Amino acid sequence: MSQVSRPLSPHLQVYRWQISNTLSILHRLTGVALAFGGLALVAWLLALASGQAAFTGANALLGSLVGQLALVGWTFCFFYHLCNGLRHLAWDAGHGFDREVARKSGIGVVVAAVLLTAVFWAVALTRVAA
Amino acid sequence: MSLRSPLGRALGLGAAGAGTEHWLGQRLSAVAMVPLTLWFASSLLTLPSLDFYSVTAWAASPLHSVLLILLVVALVYHSSLGTQVVAEDYVHASGRRAIVLIVLRLLHVGLAVAGIFAVFLIATRAPL
Repeated sequence: MSQVSRPLSPHLQVYRWQISNTLSILHRLTGVALAFGGLALVAWLLALASGQAAFTGANALLGSLVGQLALVGWTFCFFYHLCNGLRHLAWDAGHGFDREVARKSGIGVVVAAVLLTAVFWAVALTRVAA
Repeated sequence: MSLRSPLGRALGLGAAGAGTEHWLGQRLSAVAMVPLTLWFASSLLTLPSLDFYSVTAWAASPLHSVLLILLVVALVYHSSLGTQVVAEDYVHASGRRAIVLIVLRLLHVGLAVAGIFAVFLIATRAPL
């Protein structure tokens, strides 16, 4: 079969950027980031299984600046992927397809993800300080 | 000739004749992870301390060990299915795509075994 270089859907050069496709791309990006988070979770469990020195080292790594940035990033990715995943499950069940509803649920997902991330870290930092 | 109706033959089968397992597995693991991840996140927030002894004592209880293993399995399975789709979408050369898919699958199997084995070791270590 001869290869014809036709433009492929969704025609990124002519596609009007909007909330639905932005959130869809973000869902995938956060999913890939969380795959690395899963790697970190298993590494953390392996460190815990290996003994006190390994676990203290792992926690020191997570407590470094890079580690803290990664943890905050993973927390946001997690809450976003969770909320938007629930939105996807509602769609799978046939609910929320109206354009206006889908737009509002999209905004709601972003707001919820930011709020949940903020609450999580507020609680975490309060407990560290206490 | 088959006496089955066209609808009967088509139900549950996509154009490939199969393939709903991937979609269903992605949703099933997603639903399972809603309570599992929320339990894990709230546990991290409520543990008295995140030092070696507190986390070991928490993870080594039978209920928590089982939940941790379920979390690892659901997470790694979900990640395997998800990253597989990403690779299928963006790695176009068929040879390279096959290699990427094989490597992804093997990495995920390894990750799942490592996670389960780690929880097993934590749970079976001499009681503190």
